[in-house]
Amino acid sequence: MDYTLSVLVENHPGVLAQISGLLSGRGFNIRSIAAGETEDSTITRIIMVVAGDDRVIDQVKKQLDRLVVVIRITDLSEIPSVDRELALVKVSSTISRRAEVFQIVDVFRAKIVDIAHKSLTIEVTGVSEKVEALIEMLTPFGIKEIVRTGKISIARGEAVAEKGGESRA
Amino acid sequence: MRMPGAKMVVEALKREGVEVVFGYPGGTIMPFFDFLHREDIRMILNRHEQGAVHAADGYARASGRVGVAVSTSGPGATNLVTGIATANMDSIPLVLITGQVPVDMIGNDAFQEADIIGISRPITKHSYLVLDVEDIPRIVKEAFHIARTGRPGPVLIDLPKDVSVAEGDFTYPEEVNIRGYKPILNGNSQAIKRAMDFVRRSKKPVIYAGGGIITSEASAELTAFARKTGIPVTLTLMGLGAFPGTDPLFLGMLGMHGTVAANQAVSECDLIIAVGARFDDRVTGRVSKFATKAKVVHVDIDPVVISKNVLVDVPVVGDAREVLQEMLKLAEPLPIDSWREELMAWKRENPLTYRQDCPVIKPQYVVEKIYELTGGDAIITTEVGQNQMWAAHYFLYDHPRTFLSSGGLGTMGYGFPAAIGAQVAFPDRVVFDIAGDGSIQMKIQELATAVLNELPVNIAILNNGYLGMVRQWQEFFFDKAYAFSCLGQRPSCPRHCNNPNGECPPYVPDFVKLAEAYGAMGIRVEHPEDVEGAIREAIQSPRTVILEFLVTREENVFPMVQPGAGINEIMIG
Ligand SMILES: Cc1ncc(C[n+]2csc(CCOP(=O)(O)OP(=O)(O)O)c2C)c(N)n1
Ligand SMILES: [Mg+2]
Repeated sequence: MDYTLSVLVENHPGVLAQISGLLSGRGFNIRSIAAGETEDSTITRIIMVVAGDDRVIDQVKKQLDRLVVVIRITDLSEIPSVDRELALVKVSSTISRRAEVFQIVDVFRAKIVDIAHKSLTIEVTGVSEKVEALIEMLTPFGIKEIVRTGKISIARGEAVAEKGGESRA
Repeated sequence: MRMPGAKMVVEALKREGVEVVFGYPGGTIMPFFDFLHREDIRMILNRHEQGAVHAADGYARASGRVGVAVSTSGPGATNLVTGIATANMDSIPLVLITGQVPVDMIGNDAFQEADIIGISRPITKHSYLVLDVEDIPRIVKEAFHIARTGRPGPVLIDLPKDVSVAEGDFTYPEEVNIRGYKPILNGNSQAIKRAMDFVRRSKKPVIYAGGGIITSEASAELTAFARKTGIPVTLTLMGLGAFPGTDPLFLGMLGMHGTVAANQAVSECDLIIAVGARFDDRVTGRVSKFATKAKVVHVDIDPVVISKNVLVDVPVVGDAREVLQEMLKLAEPLPIDSWREELMAWKRENPLTYRQDCPVIKPQYVVEKIYELTGGDAIITTEVGQNQMWAAHYFLYDHPRTFLSSGGLGTMGYGFPAAIGAQVAFPDRVVFDIAGDGSIQMKIQELATAVLNELPVNIAILNNGYLGMVRQWQEFFFDKAYAFSCLGQRPSCPRHCNNPNGECPPYVPDFVKLAEAYGAMGIRVEHPEDVEGAIREAIQSPRTVILEFLVTREENVFPMVQPGAGINEIMIG
């Protein structure tokens, strides 16, 4: 199963390298990782999706928590959350097949953000399953390139990640 | 007060009460040494940076204080790596200070540049690249705090040369506040109560304790707890000395080279009370066969180790000493006489033994004699291999911080520099490095350090002419093909030789001449009857001494559990 962790870390140089180094060095399987500054500029938030069973995730959390730069870890799989991912997909499309692509884009409420003679670039936002589904629909047209941000998540309602579902081991 | 960064570091070391640093100079760290040598902090100039880290580590293990090692950038820093990894595996508090090229040269492949922060990241507890001279007081303060608290470990401070000469204001902080670092010390009282419920209900409990007892200075509590409840104790290699080796309740070490009693106890018990130990693979053997009948209570300061290898029924996160104090309050004598009797019978019937069946010195005999002649009152360091296991088996450690060994990483070359560090911490104590002829050559240059600093360290080389532990595995698991484990092999030898005899070429080096070349005393011992006299002489001598014991070449370490087997599947020999 995939688990989503929201990890608050010190906004220091090298922190991402430290986190990804720890996870790869210990053989954990990271599906995606997305980092960005938070409302507090000294803190970076990393949203990571990790594959594994309960025991693996327990280790991931504890190992991360052991790092001095890690301030807090929240397991968003344990609480209701809003999940989003953004993808940019470049597909081959001759003029004759454009209408079909437009139709699909419409159904997915995605956007065309760039058009060239032989290609279209589509922006889609949504849960990862939606992004996957769109990519699948676009595959027959010939996908030239995909850029995905990886999943980001935020707790629903009043809860903020630091307080809800906290997992300081 | 305004001062250059390098001086700030020295000032900060003084505030931390550092009395000695181990190190080696070079370009980028020169400003630091320049200020250091104006102060009365002692500096031991090792002969290799790895030696400096191991010495700082030995100092830390023997004294309980933070060890400090200093090197220059580039090759100086990379030479620290094995020492850092050794300390990290065994949770030893160190502060490492490395010079670095000036900030604006970092990343340019400048002369003697190495990204030591990147290189050492997986083997340090934390590290700092100092970019602003004003940060130095806080960074040093934090580094010492992080190194010694929680589960201790090495912390590295990388100090670019321009920062060390830039001036800043030195105000040493009173307190440390790191938002991401708040070790949990006192165990949850509910968890402790539950743990004690398990203890009370158990009919066949055993205590399995490790290096965490020594780190947290919990030996007195552990001993009191075991004696009050009557529960027998087994220790890991790292835990030796945490519980008196001569106590009737002591079962010996467990694991791959554990005693029959200890491994049987763990295999048959219905409750393991693990304290400050981490269920390392050398302890558990095949995990699926480990302690299959037991519930597990696990006390450790590091949540990571709980349920990592072995699933735990009652986890208690906290400092071993604080938790044991609480457990002791709830402890009562347990009605487990028949279980204890069973264990004592195993212990009686399966003592650690060897056969003195030839006129050649037995390595075990040497360790036994060192134990006898020091009255057990010595600090023992070890190298790695058979020598390490015999040092663990045939010397009974009654006190913590008297057995210093590279348990986690198994670093050959650790023992001698560690002995130097221990002797620096305790100038008046008897210190022995129980060494193999292979391992000692890894850090032999530290003889100069020992001799010049007038450290009366004794090195007992159990010279079997082999990388003995490798040879033992070859004997058992590789059809006795001694590939590259004979330290005497030359082109004139048969390509495949597993039959050492009198025609072997002379051993290289001549350890006695080597000792003499360094100004140390060298004694070669060839006959069992000369062992005692030589050990006596070494103990009495104020000099650095190499005792070279020519021991049986193909002695094996027993008991032994084969890799991959359950720890109750024991080869006795
Ligand atoms: C730095 C390092 N390299 C290799 C090894 C693998 N190794 C483990 S024990 C051993 C043999 C040690 O030989 P010696 O020091 O003579 O000790 P003995 O086993 O003969 O007592 C070796 C090579 C190691 N532990 N450390
Ligand atoms: Mg040897």
